[in-house]
Amino acid sequence: MSKLKGDIELLQGNEACVRGALLAGVRFFAGYPITPSSEIAEGMARLLPRLGGKFLQMEDEIASMAAVIGASIAGLKSITATSGPGFTLKQENLGFAILNEIPCVIVDAQRGGPSTGLPTAPAQGDMMQARWGTHGDHSIIALAPSTVNEVLFLTIRAVNLSEKYRTPVILLLDEVIAHMREKVRLPLPEEVEIINRKKPTVSPEEYLPFKPEQDGVPPMANFGEGYRYHFTGLIHNQKGLPTTDPQEIDSLIRRINDKIQANIKDITFLENYSLDEARIALVAYGSVARAAEGAVKLAREKGLKVGLLKLLTVWPFPSEEVNRLAQQVDLIVVPEMNLGQMVLAVERAVGGKCKVVSYSRVDGELITPLEILEKVEEEIIKK
Amino acid sequence: MMKDRVEICLSGAGGQGLILAGIILAEAAGIYEGKEVVQTQSYGPEARGGASKSEVIISSEPIAYPKVIKADILLALTQTACDKYIKNLSRDGLLIVDSSLVPKIPVVPVQIYPFPITKIAQERLGTKLVINIISLGIIAGLTGVVSREALKEAVYHRVPSRVKEINDQALSLGFDLAQELKLRERMSQINTNKLK
Repeated sequence: MSKLKGDIELLQGNEACVRGALLAGVRFFAGYPITPSSEIAEGMARLLPRLGGKFLQMEDEIASMAAVIGASIAGLKSITATSGPGFTLKQENLGFAILNEIPCVIVDAQRGGPSTGLPTAPAQGDMMQARWGTHGDHSIIALAPSTVNEVLFLTIRAVNLSEKYRTPVILLLDEVIAHMREKVRLPLPEEVEIINRKKPTVSPEEYLPFKPEQDGVPPMANFGEGYRYHFTGLIHNQKGLPTTDPQEIDSLIRRINDKIQANIKDITFLENYSLDEARIALVAYGSVARAAEGAVKLAREKGLKVGLLKLLTVWPFPSEEVNRLAQQVDLIVVPEMNLGQMVLAVERAVGGKCKVVSYSRVDGELITPLEILEKVEEEIIKK
Repeated sequence: MMKDRVEICLSGAGGQGLILAGIILAEAAGIYEGKEVVQTQSYGPEARGGASKSEVIISSEPIAYPKVIKADILLALTQTACDKYIKNLSRDGLLIVDSSLVPKIPVVPVQIYPFPITKIAQERLGTKLVINIISLGIIAGLTGVVSREALKEAVYHRVPSRVKEINDQALSLGFDLAQELKLRERMSQINTNKLK
């Protein structure tokens, strides 16, 4: 007896992340192992050297993030993986990468927090940390898969978006998604769209490392290619040197935000389940989206017009699509494994156009379809 | 036995190989039989000794919710796991326990199959390291949730070649135990009928 198809494998979420990163061209990993993300480090350690890549286990998460930044500046597509406690430590250097527009991907396999919390239990408590964990005005791209297949493809997209917009991208897993195994058809390398950072077309003498093109993104020369320039955590001018000029400051801060916000259509990935003619919508992401999909099936069996909007891109928040949804439905329920984080963004996008309620669970267990259905029914009775 | 969605919960302690057993079962059904599968796990922060649970869902349809809601099959390899997860077993479900590790079998109105798995493993194979594979043989032998051929392929794919033989023997032992039990049940059925 042989396998039905040679290219279908049973992969863990973390393994799919490794395979996706390698397919996208990642050739550098630095990290510090932490449950439930450790299999990413493990897989990278095993597979990267075979492709001529480099794996570094650093002394901690701060150093890992610094190493990833360094490798990316030197021209390698770079990634790190961690969980909540390590994600907290990475925030300082994440800010450096945002300000200096360094392409890289940070995977956060969320577990129960705060602090050491629940190392082996799922949570979605880092949604706001992903958005605002590092200080100062900045935009961020964060993607949240809910199947192993989505882990594979969103990892590839995360790498591509980081290169395209010269910015760090966060991939938000949770313990369920990170450790879950499902069937995945691995694409052939030639089937994968690869985006590489723009390189300068001018001579080293004329090169301004922070001079944007039309799309707001400056071409990036790799260190060691003859283009000498400066990176700093200080607000800098187009040469990369510190500035206190109000106009230069303003234009930099606005540009690093606008290059993402202006391209929100290109960055936003969503999926609809039974939303046509729905009167009640669930908005969910990550492993909870799986429970929500189950809840939609149960509700439809009972004749309730419930649908699901699944967020694959969580930041920048797809406000326009959620606002449009609010004009169609009477009620939006946002189930989350936190005390209500993305529901805040939903409420803001809805702007009072329909009722929005949160459903929370923070006990280290995945929300079930039945719980969500019961919440929906409870709200129907209230009306 | 085969419903649209079959939920299997493999429970016990860390170090008993339950997560590997879940992976092998999912691979057998998913890769070698082409069904839809999801395997998830839950365990404590300890490396060994803490509670460990591996769940497998097998379906003919795409699977939305990835966790067990009501288990159709519950394997319990420790008393703690048995006591903890018995409430998640469906009323027409099947409980399989290692009676050498679970002395107090719960009194519940489900089909209960106690096997002294660890004891038999030690006696017949000289090791208790393969109780996970014996258990898979028992489950498949009793329920037919996955074919013997698919399970064998999946075991070969996942275990290192130096221990292939012992795992092969373990799998056969599991199927034999299930077969013996089925025969005993049929015999007692016949005897009962004769008495009528």
